[in-house]
Amino acid sequence: MCDTCGCNITPGNEHLVRANGTHAKTADGRAAVAVLSSLLDENDHQALHNREHFDRHGVLALNLMSSPGAGKTSLLEATIEALRGELRIAVIEGDLETENDAERIRAKGVPAIQIATGSACHLDAHMVHEALHRLDLSEIDLLFIENVGNLVCPASFDLGQHRNVTLLSVPEGDDKPAKYPVMFRAADLVLLSKADLLPVLDEFDPARAEGYLRQLASQVPFERVAIRSGQERLAPWLDWLRQEVAAQSARRAEGKTARPSVQPDGARDEHYAHPHAHGPHAGHHHQ
Amino acid sequence: MHELSVCLSLLDQVERIAKEHGAERVERILLRIGPLSGVEAPLLAHAYPLAAAGTLAEHAELEIETAPVRVHCIDCGEESEATANRLLCAHCASHRTRLTSGDEMLLASLEMSIPEEPHASA
Repeated sequence: MCDTCGCNITPGNEHLVRANGTHAKTADGRAAVAVLSSLLDENDHQALHNREHFDRHGVLALNLMSSPGAGKTSLLEATIEALRGELRIAVIEGDLETENDAERIRAKGVPAIQIATGSACHLDAHMVHEALHRLDLSEIDLLFIENVGNLVCPASFDLGQHRNVTLLSVPEGDDKPAKYPVMFRAADLVLLSKADLLPVLDEFDPARAEGYLRQLASQVPFERVAIRSGQERLAPWLDWLRQEVAAQSARRAEGKTARPSVQPDGARDEHYAHPHAHGPHAGHHHQ
Repeated sequence: MHELSVCLSLLDQVERIAKEHGAERVERILLRIGPLSGVEAPLLAHAYPLAAAGTLAEHAELEIETAPVRVHCIDCGEESEATANRLLCAHCASHRTRLTSGDEMLLASLEMSIPEEPHASA
C-alpha cells in the first residue's frame, strides 16, 4: 500500500480527505495532513518484503491459523509424511513459549524454526523475517507458518504469506465462523479438522458451520480432514496444496505474486499490484 | 490483545510524518476503524496514552471514527448495510458480495503544529 498518491482512497473513505493540499489549515491554524495509510503500515511493508523473498525462491508460503488445540501441528506432521519425496517442506512455528512444536516437526526430518512470541498473541511480519534468516529457502517448495493458536489477533497481521488456511476443529462447535468473522473471512481455505469425531459429537453440524462461513460472503473451499490412523482423510487438502504449489510456480514464471484474497487492513483488490509501490525485485537486499 | 502493537505501529508512523513536516506537536489524530479489521476501538484508545508517552503525539487528541459495514452485491449490483458476521446482500440475499466498507484500519489524517511554516512542499 502506498500513502502518497491516493491509491488507497476508496468511495468509503474519500470524505476523510478533508485537506485540500498537503498543508491545508484547520480553523485554528494547525496543519492538517490527509494520510490514509494502514495503521500497520510498517508491518505491511515488511510483509511485502517477505513475500518478495518467497517469490524469488519460488516458495509457496501458507499461514496456518486456528484456535489452540485445533490440530495444526498434527495436520502438519501428517502432511509431511504424505508429501515426503514429493514436495520439500519447512515450518515456522509460532507459540508463546516452548520449542515443543518445532521439535515435533524436526522429528519428521523437516527444518523447523520456532518463534517464541513471549506474551504476543500473534506473529507479525518482522518475527517471520527474523526466522527466514535461519532457513535456506532455496531448499524449500512449501513453507508453512503455523501461527499462534488464537482466532482473533493473527488475522490482523500480514506476514507475507500467499494464502491463509484456517482450521476449525469439530470439538470447538459449528458456530465459530459467526463468532470470529474477521478470522474466517480471511481464510482462502477452511479445514474442518478432527472430522473423524463427527459421529461422536453429533451436535456439530458441518452444513451449519459451512452456512456461517458462506454468510461471510466467503466462497472458499470448506474441506474435512482427519489424521487418526484408520480414519485418515487428507486427500482434498493435499490436492489443494499441490494445486497451490503449481500455481505459485506458474506465477513465478510470469513474475507475478499472490496475496490472500482478503487483506487484514482494508486494502482492496485493485490496489494489490501498485506499479510504483515495489516491483517484484525492487530495493531488496537479500541475495 | 494486539491493540498495543497496533498503537505502537501507529505512533511510529505519526512521528515519521510529523518529522517530515517539521511539526513540533501532533494535535489530533483521526483514525477510521471498521468492525471487520479485528481491532477494537476502545482498546486502542486505552492503549494510546501508554504508547504515546514521550512522543510528539503525547498530547494529541485521538479520534476514532467507526466505519460502517457495507457490501456491494455482485449479482444485483445494489449496495447495502450489513453486519460483521452476515455479509449478504440486503436486497437479493446473495452471498456474492464484496465489502466496500467495514474492514478499515486506517490512519486517516493528522493535525499538527508547525512552527512558522515556510512554503513547504510535501
